[in-house]
Amino acid sequence: KSSVQTIGEEQIQNPYTELLVLKGHQDIVRFLVQIDDCRFASAGDDGIVFLWDARTGEKLFEFHGHTHKITAIAPFSSPDASEEKKCLILTASADRTVIVWNCSSGRQVQKVSCFHSTVKCLTVLQRLDVWLSGGSDLCVWNRKLDLLCKTSHLTDAGISALVELPKNCVAAAVGKELIIFRLIHSNDESEGWNVLEVKRLVDHQDNILSLVSVNDLTFVSGSHVGELIFWDALDWTKQASECNFWDSSVHPDVQPEIKLSQSPNETSIQHLTSDEECVFAAVGKGIYVYNLQMKRVIACQRTAHESSVLHIEKIPNRQLISCSEDGSVRIWELREKQQLPAEPVPTGFFNMWGFGRANKQANQAAKKMQENTPMYFLELVGDLIGHSSAVQMFLYFGELGLATCSADHLIILWKDGERESRLRSLTLFQKLAQNSDLQLEL
Amino acid sequence: MISAPDVVAFTREEELEDELCSEPPLPEEYSVPLFPFASHGANPWAKVASSKFTRDFILISEFSEQVGPQPLLTIPDDAKVSGTFDLNYFSLRIMSVDYQASFVGHPPGSAYPKLNFVEDSKVVLGDSKEGAFAYVHHLTLYDLEARGFVRPFCMAYISADEHKIMQQFQELSAEFSKASECLKTGNRKAFANELEKKLKDLDYTRTVLHNETEIQKKANDKGYYTTQAIEKANELASVEKSIIEHQDLLKQIRSYPYRKLKESDFHPYEPECALDQANAGCDRDLTTSDLAEPGETHLYTHVPSYTPKLIKAKSAKCFDKKLKTLQELCDIYFFTQTLDQLHQIERTFRGDVCYLLTDQISRVLLKQQSVTNFLFEDVSFLDEKPPEKQYRGCQGLSQEAVDRKCSEESAAPKVVISLGSYKSSVECVPIKMEQEIEDSQEPKMTESMTFEQQENLDYLDADIKGSISSGESIEVLGTEKSASGLTKSESQASLPVSPSPQAGRSKVGSRRTVSEDSIEVLSTCPSESLIPEDFKASYPSAINEEPYADDEEGGLRFTPKLNPDNADEQEDISKQENSVQVDSACCIGKESPNFLEPLPDLGQKPCDEDGVVRIPPQPYRQAEQGLHGSFGGFPSHDGISGGLLPYELDSRYLTGSREVSKSSLDECSDSASYISSTASTCSDRTPSPAHLTCPASERHKKKAGQNALRFIRQYPFAHPAIYSLLSGRTLVVLGEEEAIVKKLVTALSIFVPNCGVYAKPVKHWVTSPLHVVDFQKWKLIGLQRMVSPAGVNVLHALSRYSRYVSILDADSKTLRCPLYKGTLVSRLADHRTQIKRGSTYYMHVQSILTQLCSKAFLFTFCHHLHLPISEREPEESIVNRRMNFLKLQLGLANEDIKIVQYLAELLKLQYIQEPGHGVNPLLRFDYVPSFLYKI
Repeated sequence: KSSVQTIGEEQIQNPYTELLVLKGHQDIVRFLVQIDDCRFASAGDDGIVFLWDARTGEKLFEFHGHTHKITAIAPFSSPDASEEKKCLILTASADRTVIVWNCSSGRQVQKVSCFHSTVKCLTVLQRLDVWLSGGSDLCVWNRKLDLLCKTSHLTDAGISALVELPKNCVAAAVGKELIIFRLIHSNDESEGWNVLEVKRLVDHQDNILSLVSVNDLTFVSGSHVGELIFWDALDWTKQASECNFWDSSVHPDVQPEIKLSQSPNETSIQHLTSDEECVFAAVGKGIYVYNLQMKRVIACQRTAHESSVLHIEKIPNRQLISCSEDGSVRIWELREKQQLPAEPVPTGFFNMWGFGRANKQANQAAKKMQENTPMYFLELVGDLIGHSSAVQMFLYFGELGLATCSADHLIILWKDGERESRLRSLTLFQKLAQNSDLQLEL
Repeated sequence: MISAPDVVAFTREEELEDELCSEPPLPEEYSVPLFPFASHGANPWAKVASSKFTRDFILISEFSEQVGPQPLLTIPDDAKVSGTFDLNYFSLRIMSVDYQASFVGHPPGSAYPKLNFVEDSKVVLGDSKEGAFAYVHHLTLYDLEARGFVRPFCMAYISADEHKIMQQFQELSAEFSKASECLKTGNRKAFANELEKKLKDLDYTRTVLHNETEIQKKANDKGYYTTQAIEKANELASVEKSIIEHQDLLKQIRSYPYRKLKESDFHPYEPECALDQANAGCDRDLTTSDLAEPGETHLYTHVPSYTPKLIKAKSAKCFDKKLKTLQELCDIYFFTQTLDQLHQIERTFRGDVCYLLTDQISRVLLKQQSVTNFLFEDVSFLDEKPPEKQYRGCQGLSQEAVDRKCSEESAAPKVVISLGSYKSSVECVPIKMEQEIEDSQEPKMTESMTFEQQENLDYLDADIKGSISSGESIEVLGTEKSASGLTKSESQASLPVSPSPQAGRSKVGSRRTVSEDSIEVLSTCPSESLIPEDFKASYPSAINEEPYADDEEGGLRFTPKLNPDNADEQEDISKQENSVQVDSACCIGKESPNFLEPLPDLGQKPCDEDGVVRIPPQPYRQAEQGLHGSFGGFPSHDGISGGLLPYELDSRYLTGSREVSKSSLDECSDSASYISSTASTCSDRTPSPAHLTCPASERHKKKAGQNALRFIRQYPFAHPAIYSLLSGRTLVVLGEEEAIVKKLVTALSIFVPNCGVYAKPVKHWVTSPLHVVDFQKWKLIGLQRMVSPAGVNVLHALSRYSRYVSILDADSKTLRCPLYKGTLVSRLADHRTQIKRGSTYYMHVQSILTQLCSKAFLFTFCHHLHLPISEREPEESIVNRRMNFLKLQLGLANEDIKIVQYLAELLKLQYIQEPGHGVNPLLRFDYVPSFLYKI
């Protein structure tokens, strides 16, 4: 029995009262990437990339070119504002190719297929106008897709994550190690770069799953066994670490049977995100908020979902969205402890069908949290149920809504019904005026 | 449905007036024409009680060349229908008014008989003494053995209600034209087949004769011919001639203008063609064969199976002893099609005319509500393209003049009401006509236009006279003016000279005086105005017969040798010739120059002087002026008939599945017993639910209505369930038994708003787990509850998506859905309602939903409710204004607001939908708690 917090059917703060199902993919959709204010691309195991309009849900383009599943995707917009806005996206696939697509014309621009292994991550360094591909080695490319330089073979497993650091440096997660590379302008050629391994950080006990840059001074990495390490971005030293997510000492009254049943999977740090002051970590089924200044976890929801949280993101208004393998998307609000409201009571439906969780348990969970040290807590303000399988990722589009992608091959666009209704009225009267049949109709 | 006829029938004029005083006057188009004699306090149904038959029926009669007019069959085929009504007498009566020219003759310069592609004529005939009024549709079928190759038939729709016949003239005419067209197509096919066989026979005979001649030649080498040899030679010559004649006839029948069929979306031939291909197994590539030439296809496929036989040489004009039956005259496929069509007509027009009118009016109005009509109406039938002519009429909306012209052209029969005697109106025609020949087309048009308007007024007078006065014979006859100016009306011109119906006509003369009180309307068929150019020359002339004696001699001498039996036959024929008043000689050379002259305005100017007025019958006379006023060239009956006849394009219909039509007929008759209790007020004792939609949907409506009535009586929580549907929340009916679930789904389906024109929001039976995509598509789902593991998945999915659905458990009789505290649904579904019939309840629901639609329309299209009045107006004040409007102006309470908002959202989506793009189905929902209702 899980003690997942539930929210009833009455969700006043949940703005998403309209949904659009976008169909097209034939396999798991794993990646969503924003291209500009109103467009996004989706990619997944079927090797197809779709380009969508976030306003209408219209399918703009279909990119066919990869023969295997797509392993990484990155937008690559032109640094020149004066130049006509030319949006490119890079996609890497298990067929050992990287393709550059033009989002305006919907065409394939170029294809690189000289890789020895699957490219698992792509990073664009806007400042230098180059992009990096990480597989079994690290390659540096320019906009024209010339290979500028590459490292020697690092590992068979390949680079799992890349993050840009100041002073032309990048950190690459290779297995348990973090390797810092520096790009150096070569003297002989005008556009030549050399890549140099600067340092190896070996503090993690297990594979590094997530790597994110917090600000210019700090970046953070999380591993499979739940070690969260904060690094200085300039001298690459360890600033702080948190590795007690599973430790009962932090939560003294955690029941022993939960402890026993814990596997590394339940503490692995799937995803990290941050704002100015906090780092949000998706750890197993839970969400943890780590305050950088206080250097400790200030709020947590140990079982935010019924299974692993795959992606989290901070949105304005101190809210947080998480999605999980259980197929749900949840909206959380970071609240101070004093404002703790009464526990929302679910209506009887779950009980009626026999799938219910006793309210008591939720209450117990709430009590536990009160006794915990964090001064803040994460309040569930809404959940979005639509997907029938794991929600892999989502993309927050502000007032345009939220796009979620899932293993059930679907993308769902969640929208604010009120706003959409207003917009439709606006369109309606525009069309009326345009058709000038206002007279006739009324 | 705008209004429920049940209610209308009991509305008194006084009540209406009271209402009119207190409220702003109802637009004319929303009112139903009052019964014209209501002011006298008469029971509107009293006067038709004298009729001798119990219900409307269709009668098919033939003017047999052997026995004169005789009834062939009635639809429905039930002796009870006609009761004591004298079908024989009535057949004689309706056949007597066939002014049709079905004649034969030699056109100048042509050596061979010519087939005349005769057009149908349409007549309205009344006999108030008998209490019978009839729309009579005359047609001729080809028969190789008949005199002049033609057999005159007529189909009559007989009703006790004169108004029905007059007001539905357009519709009846259009429907019967289709039936007639179908029958004639089949007949042409059969005729072509017959010709083919005959040609084979002749060919074979020729070969035999030729061989005999050769043998004779060889046998006698004396250098001179014996009489035997000369006879043989003569026989051979006459056979040769006969072959040429028949070949020519075949060519003519094959080249019949099939274009017409193509244009009218009428493809009855298709299935038959495929069938033959399979049956015959011939290697000819039939995929390329043109549908328009069925005769050809069949000739090839049928030939191999036919063994030619030797026949006596005899000219085509010879009589046969036994005439073919109607069924034999027509290809069986087309014959059944025609019968289906006639059954359909009977079903469509049965019952009280009030139903028909209400239905027509609501249909027209519905068509105009292009923004909202998709919500609760089945608009697929409105989409159907009306026939071209009528379309033209509709398009001339803005220009009154154009419209008038169009409607005048397309209003089909120009009815001439003659207050004089039959003789005078007919006989004056050819003389007057000649004066008109030189007139150009244009001035006539304008004249007729102005004339038309006056006549409108005259007509009312004439009509009243016609229906009130007794002892005076009123006949109405007219002709369709063809757009091309081609003679369409030799029906009248040729009348005095045309041979075939002459016998009947002479009888008519005497009969006519017998019937003292009658109304007759005659017109020719508008559907025949598409004769191709090359046919025009030969068109008026009929088949030219060869000089009779010439061939007959050969034939008679030839006969005894080959087929002694035929001698008797021959005698019979000659006896027949005596018994039949006309002999075929009169056919020869009877064509008059008049036939070739255009007679478009036949009834017009000349008749004007004679006090003859012409007017198209109007579907609803009282309302007509008002309609014209308020709609600005409202396409009166054109529009109506355009939307009126949807079923005949129904594919089901064309596939000729008679079971379907039969069963729906039974369905209708079922309710007859129901009605009989209330039938004392009904004109004919037949049920009236004959809406002009396809019968299946009609059946569905009734069934749904009945089920819905049962539902709201049985389930105390019907209101929240209906609210769920109206507010766009998917309702899942969960149950183990398919029949029960489907019944509930059918019951509830009448409350489901459509999300778009082509969306189908009702799913009757699902066995797999539901997904969020399903809730976008379907708003009412029947779901199977299973005990198996798969069933657990189904329930799990249901509980997962519980926020999007309301669940009606048919097994445990529970409902889980949001609370409803509004007032609207209680009016819609009152469990103590007095309504007993399913179809009535359906109409009640429709009328309330229509009200709802108008509210939603108002809400959607009020500019200030959605957009700021001033630039800086905050969103909150707009929201306030919006809520105030919903609450105060529209008088909506609580959850009713959500219903209107949902409907408004659907309207918006529909309106802003780009034509090219499909509507992206979206799911709107609320985060509201649900409650569990139990009985």
